Amino acid sequence: MKEATNVQLSNKKTTIGVSYRTKEKIVRFLTYLLLTVGAIFVLLPFFWMISTSLKTPSEITSMPPKWIPDKIMWENYKIAWNFAPFAKYFFNSFFVAISCTVLELITSALGAYAFAKMNFFGKNTIFLIFLGTMMIPGEVLLIPNYMTIIKLDWIDTYKALIIPWIVSVFGIFLMRQFFMTIPDELHDAAKIDGCSRFRFLWQIVLPLSKPVLVTAALFKFVGSWNAFLWVLIVTNSPGMRTVPVGLTFFSSDVGADYHLMMAASTFALLPILILFFFLQKQFIQGISRSGMKG
Amino acid sequence: MNIPVKYKQKSFWVETFWAYVYLLPVFIILGVFVFYPVFKSFFMSFTEWDMIGTQKFVGLENYQDLFKDRLFRKSLINTSYFVFFSVPLTMLISLFIAILLNTKIKARSWFRIAFFIPWITSPVAATMVWKWIFNYNSYGLLNYFLLKATELVNWFAYVFTFGNAEHWLTFAPLNWLNNPSFTIPNLIILSVWKMMGYNIVIFLAGLQNVPNELYEAAQVDGASRWDKFRHITLPLISPTTFFISIISIIGAFKIFTQVFVLYEGTPGMLNSGLTVVFYIYTKAFNDWRMGYASAGSYILFFIIFIFTLIQMRLSKKRVHYS
Repeated sequence: MKEATNVQLSNKKTTIGVSYRTKEKIVRFLTYLLLTVGAIFVLLPFFWMISTSLKTPSEITSMPPKWIPDKIMWENYKIAWNFAPFAKYFFNSFFVAISCTVLELITSALGAYAFAKMNFFGKNTIFLIFLGTMMIPGEVLLIPNYMTIIKLDWIDTYKALIIPWIVSVFGIFLMRQFFMTIPDELHDAAKIDGCSRFRFLWQIVLPLSKPVLVTAALFKFVGSWNAFLWVLIVTNSPGMRTVPVGLTFFSSDVGADYHLMMAASTFALLPILILFFFLQKQFIQGISRSGMKG
Repeated sequence: MNIPVKYKQKSFWVETFWAYVYLLPVFIILGVFVFYPVFKSFFMSFTEWDMIGTQKFVGLENYQDLFKDRLFRKSLINTSYFVFFSVPLTMLISLFIAILLNTKIKARSWFRIAFFIPWITSPVAATMVWKWIFNYNSYGLLNYFLLKATELVNWFAYVFTFGNAEHWLTFAPLNWLNNPSFTIPNLIILSVWKMMGYNIVIFLAGLQNVPNELYEAAQVDGASRWDKFRHITLPLISPTTFFISIISIIGAFKIFTQVFVLYEGTPGMLNSGLTVVFYIYTKAFNDWRMGYASAGSYILFFIIFIFTLIQMRLSKKRVHYS
């Protein structure tokens, strides 16, 4: 049917006398051209970053700019890495991001299970109130939370960087939607076999929910890795900084040494880029399904 | 009074107990770090407090002072300027690219990945790269490109006038970062680049939900590409458009990190990059005026809330839900 239509249309001449098929070819060519040019422009800053990070200081200011440095200066990375305690920053970032992710998965799975599979007093009201909190901008909570952190004496501790972020209403919502698709009969059958509710969640629901767990984990990890304002506020000593905050202090220290700044930016971006490289499908599916906000 | 049957069953209350046990961590964390602070900052916005002395109740004074404060008004204007241009621009470009990607092309997923990468990168690292691109010398990448573009235009002018128009246009490297009128445009460029991928992915998901039969039917009726876009694509993806615009406007109103990194912890020249969040940050963590800053944060909350309401209203009237 579709083929028949195409044949018919391809015989029809358009007003400017170009056949439908030729016109299609031109459109297709333009599509590729525009997309390629667009993609090059979007990726160019990254290329420029890596290129600069491998140049000598004199080459940075050469005119016209060199795309590929004459001599690859791998030393720049070593110099940048040793200029500030980046090893410590990376450890902090990994430790905080992984802890946040694991703990958030646990709290969200428990909460989502209650909302998806249990009947309890006040369920709908509580769920609506939870959803309502998603409208509150984090900036409103910033000042009182900072004061809470002071009161708890958590300034400059991992607790301050982790604990406030281990619950995500969005994560609960995401998992609840998924858990609800798991048939109740499965639970009834498990119950007859003497399976407790917790074991059911742990051994049956969670293994079935891998895709949604991966999505939730990815976004938590990336969000936590990229977090800036909160870390800036609740840390004082360099030893507690994460990579993004460490990077801003580094940049004000190195000033105009752009080769070092770009080297540091490159390794700061690397973990997330590697993660994305391996899990890009999950990232993109996660967003297009859930419209995760940034 | 009519009490539902389930309330009389013991099993219901047992289940309620366990549900609350499962929700306990969530209740504690949300209670301490969301519910308590959202009320606390509301009450604080009516007080004056520098974290050391005593907290003093001042009524609406903070709000009155805020609107009298020239800098706060400037921060509102700057942020609105940013939101007003960055959001529609990002959406327009993204929709265009998403439509291109939604045709039968090879390597679609590669293109999608390319456009998506800026979104997942750390705002701090990405902004640093842009700071280098915005460098005011002619070797700053953006200036270099503009220089090349000028040369290209001049070359065309030279050729088409048979050598009569030499050096038709001249270009002097622009000082992107030290010119106050460039501050918000810089942030817009950065934001379009960074947010595009996210918008494209969501638009693409929306476009893929439009049934192909509609396009085929329109094709048979001899509809042009524009007709198809105007009368099929646009109405059918309006829920997606609506969703993206809400998320983007809310996100754009909170811009902070990019300014902080691009201008090294300052709000740009002559406060040209002072955004609402930057203002709140400065008042709270430089001037230690906690009540005043809280009032500022509540105004931000209010603005975001109003936008959400307007969008919801409009969505009921105009958005086409299939």
